[in-house]
Amino acid sequence: MKNTSKLNQALRDRILILDGAMGTMLQRYNFTEEDFRGERFKDFHTSVKGNNDLLSITQPKAIAEVHAKYFEAGADIVETNTFSGTTIAMADYDMQDLVYELNFESAKIAREVAKVFTKKEPHKPRFVAGAIGPTNKTASMSPDVNDPGFRAVSFNELRVAYKQQAEALLDGGVDVLLIETIFDTLNAKAALFAIEEIKEERQIDIPIMVSGTITDASGRTLSGQTAEAFLISISHIPLLSVGFNCALGAKQLTPHLEVVSNRTDIAISAYPNAGLPNAFGEYDESPEQMAEQIREYLDKKLINIIGGCCGTTPPHIKAIAKIASEYKPRPLNSPVLYV
Amino acid sequence: MSNISEIKNSVLCSSEMNNTQNRVLKLSGLEPLIITPQSNFINVGERTNVAGSRKFLRLIKEEKFEEALAIARDQVENGAQIIDINMDDGLIDGKAAMVRFLNLIVAEPDIARVPIMIDSSKWEIIEAGLQVVQGKCIVNSISLKEGETEFIENARKIKRYGAAVIVMAFDEVGQADNFNRRCEISKRSYDILVNSVGIKPEDIIFDLNIFPVATGMEEHRKNAIDFIEATRWVKENLPYCSVSGGVSNVSFSFRGNNTVREAMHSVFLYHAIKAGMNIGIVNPTMLEIYDDIPKNLLKHVEDVIFDRSDDATERLLEFAETVVGQVKENTVDLSWRMEPLQNRITRALVKGIDQYIIEDVEQARQEANAPIEVVEGNLMTGMNVVGDLFGSGKMFLPQVVKSARVMKKAVAYLEPFIEAEKQKQLKQDLLTNKDAKVQQRGAGKILMATVKGDVHDIGKNIVSVVLACNNYEIVDLGVMVPPEKIIAEAKAHNVDIIGLSGLITPSLDEMVFIAKEMQRQNFEVPLMIGGATTSKAHTAVKIDTEYKHAVVHVNDASRAVTVVGDLLQKEKKDNYKKDLKADYAVFRNNFLGRQRTKEYLSVKQARTNKLKIDWNTSGIFKPRTLGIQKIEKLDLELLRDYIDWSPFFRSWDLHGKFPQILSDTVVGSQATELFNDAQVILNKIISEKLLTAKAIFGLFEANTINDDDIELKNVVCSSVEENSLGADKFIFHTLRQQSKKATGRPNVALADFIAPLNTGIQDYVGCFCVSTGFGTKELAKKYEAENDDYNSIMVKAIADRLAEAFAEYLHKQVRTKHWGYAENETLTNEDLIKESYKGIRPAPGYPACPDHLEKLTIWEVLNVKEEIGVELTEGLAMWPAASVSGYYFGNPEARYFGLGKIKEDQVKDFANRRQISEGKALKWLAPNIAD
Repeated sequence: MKNTSKLNQALRDRILILDGAMGTMLQRYNFTEEDFRGERFKDFHTSVKGNNDLLSITQPKAIAEVHAKYFEAGADIVETNTFSGTTIAMADYDMQDLVYELNFESAKIAREVAKVFTKKEPHKPRFVAGAIGPTNKTASMSPDVNDPGFRAVSFNELRVAYKQQAEALLDGGVDVLLIETIFDTLNAKAALFAIEEIKEERQIDIPIMVSGTITDASGRTLSGQTAEAFLISISHIPLLSVGFNCALGAKQLTPHLEVVSNRTDIAISAYPNAGLPNAFGEYDESPEQMAEQIREYLDKKLINIIGGCCGTTPPHIKAIAKIASEYKPRPLNSPVLYV
Repeated sequence: MSNISEIKNSVLCSSEMNNTQNRVLKLSGLEPLIITPQSNFINVGERTNVAGSRKFLRLIKEEKFEEALAIARDQVENGAQIIDINMDDGLIDGKAAMVRFLNLIVAEPDIARVPIMIDSSKWEIIEAGLQVVQGKCIVNSISLKEGETEFIENARKIKRYGAAVIVMAFDEVGQADNFNRRCEISKRSYDILVNSVGIKPEDIIFDLNIFPVATGMEEHRKNAIDFIEATRWVKENLPYCSVSGGVSNVSFSFRGNNTVREAMHSVFLYHAIKAGMNIGIVNPTMLEIYDDIPKNLLKHVEDVIFDRSDDATERLLEFAETVVGQVKENTVDLSWRMEPLQNRITRALVKGIDQYIIEDVEQARQEANAPIEVVEGNLMTGMNVVGDLFGSGKMFLPQVVKSARVMKKAVAYLEPFIEAEKQKQLKQDLLTNKDAKVQQRGAGKILMATVKGDVHDIGKNIVSVVLACNNYEIVDLGVMVPPEKIIAEAKAHNVDIIGLSGLITPSLDEMVFIAKEMQRQNFEVPLMIGGATTSKAHTAVKIDTEYKHAVVHVNDASRAVTVVGDLLQKEKKDNYKKDLKADYAVFRNNFLGRQRTKEYLSVKQARTNKLKIDWNTSGIFKPRTLGIQKIEKLDLELLRDYIDWSPFFRSWDLHGKFPQILSDTVVGSQATELFNDAQVILNKIISEKLLTAKAIFGLFEANTINDDDIELKNVVCSSVEENSLGADKFIFHTLRQQSKKATGRPNVALADFIAPLNTGIQDYVGCFCVSTGFGTKELAKKYEAENDDYNSIMVKAIADRLAEAFAEYLHKQVRTKHWGYAENETLTNEDLIKESYKGIRPAPGYPACPDHLEKLTIWEVLNVKEEIGVELTEGLAMWPAASVSGYYFGNPEARYFGLGKIKEDQVKDFANRRQISEGKALKWLAPNIAD
């Protein structure tokens, strides 16, 4: 793809900065049901408030604004506003039919903003990552206690849904696909499977980033895998990077990053939350606090790509970018030792 | 296509090929399995193979999947590092069985931790299996049997699914049965897989066909040695790949003579492993230890395996007849009963097994100089192990409470002996005129009490039990303990810590009061605060400031142990207390600082920003049955499906959502065990009708008056002869949110959900009280008398759940029948827990209406006490504790909300409306008043 070599070069040259939370920024707009609907969906038969992906169609300016703020803060890569952009997740709002458009438009918005910034600062090309969320169903776990063998979604359903999302994101102009917030590795494997199909059909190579989620102090994904088991389970496809995001703050994520960092020779990414939620469910770690914790990643040479998830804002990304600029990236292709 | 393979090859060449350290076989279940050249032989469990186990085949045929799972678990527990699963049988729908069984395995973390080998001769079964397992599996197997096209196609898919693959030494001609054919087919397969499919060589495992020897057929003589030599060739010529095989085949001709078979397996493996075989299917019970094989048998076997002489087979056959085949016995594992006494006692405590404890304790008593030594020695040694495991997160709360049950049983048995010994000692001391002070002291003495006006004690009891397990002496004063008694008992027992617990908001004030009293009476012992309504914020702001000495908020049992330890440990305690004081001061300042930033409206302004429902279009539904109805004895079975289990697990410090918690990797097995234990008690309660469920509820005409009050009329009520409003009128006083809202967001009060009187529209409201607590106390007492705190706590926790379930059940009855506005609703229990129904049932004392005084009105309206016997304590807690009361609002716009903080102007206004003193209003609303 067009920007792949630039992306690879940038990854060798420096630590790349990923953006922060989209949802946290959108909350600040206090969009009402009417705002979510816009003119086009004003008579839609069900409530759509909370469908953040829809804002790419009804409030595209806001989305572009958030992207621009993160680029201004120093981000090299922004994620498209497509966390829930699959027919599976969109079923909550009965908007399955919009999936292609949502992803295509979201990619386009981010692409345009990236173009403007790249033009302004050609020495620092900006990239767009097509965000592929986990969907709201899991292929490895049963939602029904009386029937642990039951599954609410199948591998094939996921594969088809992910394929549609990935194709739309690619058509909209993303540089890389980012399978993120993986709480069930089997869902991610379906996404990887779908992307491999696209690669074959379109005869192109597609850079892929994979980011899992360690849900709590147990050090496992929601579907029960350890960090290393997760890494092994997704290593069959050539990846641009692997890492973790969400659920934990920067500090709590360190041991898990160390595990994968020691066990693979590809790039490592991390975009933790702004700490753990406080008693009121808010994230209150300041940019400086978070950046200081990330310094440990840098001192230990754990990462190549760094950003923020829930609760992080442009000031967080700015603080992180500043600190990261003082360091060299983790070396790639260094051997892994198994004893 | 060329484009893609170029990329693949370039990826291989650039980063992988020159990095041989990476080239090891990496597999995963929930945990990684990394097979390096240095790894020991990897043993694959074979019992979950319908061709390998008759029992497994039968269970699968009969669709007894749960029992079949036990076989898988057994394999893993016995050391299988990978489990092979095969469903190939003519009478089984292999694809369905594979998917079903794998899905079930995935839900069992203790099985799913190992990688899975998906074994079938049918590609569609293999693919179906690959689609349901998240880890990196092994496919068993593919081969060139049907030609290159199919081989490549399947290999591609395997690569895309992310699995390793076993390749059988089989091609279009047939199965490789000699050295050359094995090498030739392996080489061809390897080249195709690595060069044109792009499979990593370390992901390839060759099955080089283990065939029987000593069959009497000339052509079988070299079967074993050819396999071993081909293995050596493959490992030398096809870099990074593995070799595996099914070992038991080799001894096929000696079926029935296990002694010989076991020796053959060992000898074969010993040499095959040396040649490079690193993975295999071996039944560990069919394996003799190589060094234990009798020398003469070893020689005969090796002669056969290596085909050393023409008559090797003859001689082994002859020899075989002299050794009697013996079947190894397989019994329930009670081997731990053979261990030394202390190990047995420790194990019983750690595992919570009370079956043998009396027997073991009796033995210990006989061996000890004095019975008390058994408690201080044997039992405490065991409990220290429990304490360490719990402290390091390797045991969970329900297990510890079970350990305590075993401990109590043991102590109860010893008590008469200890008492007798004391008397004897006393007499002797009197004779010798010695000071008879032999006071025994544990690690420390802790007073525990649920404060006045509050009846909730599940959390307090759990903390007590856990502390008792850690050798603290507990003085448990029970529930509704007045402050005077707490103070007096603390002095009388000379306790080291006072622990207070409470669940309802008025209890917070009680705790403040006790802190003040402790200060006034110059207490110095630490004060420990816990319970659902307490918080670090309240403790820091309201309690810590009243008492000069240490105050600490502890909300879970596991932390209680460390906190108490730190508070009492000689070397640490002074510093710890100082740190606590400082920590709470900082927390307080931050908290107060945060508070000030909030903006509030006057109650008047808040009222103008009320939630405005359009009463002309709002769907007000007249209840089908107005008035009061009573349920005397509801069949508890009806409530079972309405139980929300998540809070039940929380009460045991197991955090997570039900049902997912049952398969949680950390607490899953504990949660499952706890859940199963709960089912036993629940079934008992239901079938033996041990608890009685009663309810009373009413639906009335109502309208909102003066913004925030709801007036009920035509209440036909027997409780009150006369009241100021007229005998049939009552008022619910609601409270209104006062914090400043974002534009467009209203300041809500419950009264907003009812049509105001001046609209002229008749609206309705309901209220209710349900209880499943009758019988709880007696049942819990019964278990306590049996030293079974575990089940005593269990009974109370289940009664609480049943009460909530009853409230849910009754609400549904009201919505669909008695009020009837949601006649056609179809909601699952999960929907109910998520509160996705129409209309709400808020309860006084909870976020939407924190005012407990409202219960008094509900009690009057429904005549609750006389009709169903649920009483209100001084603190307005309901007794029995397993009770729920509240209102019904039916408007489609009614929703749950939190009142948040209110200002003094509303408190004044509220006091006026309720006709109580401002002081009283301040006291009851204290937790909700903004500073």
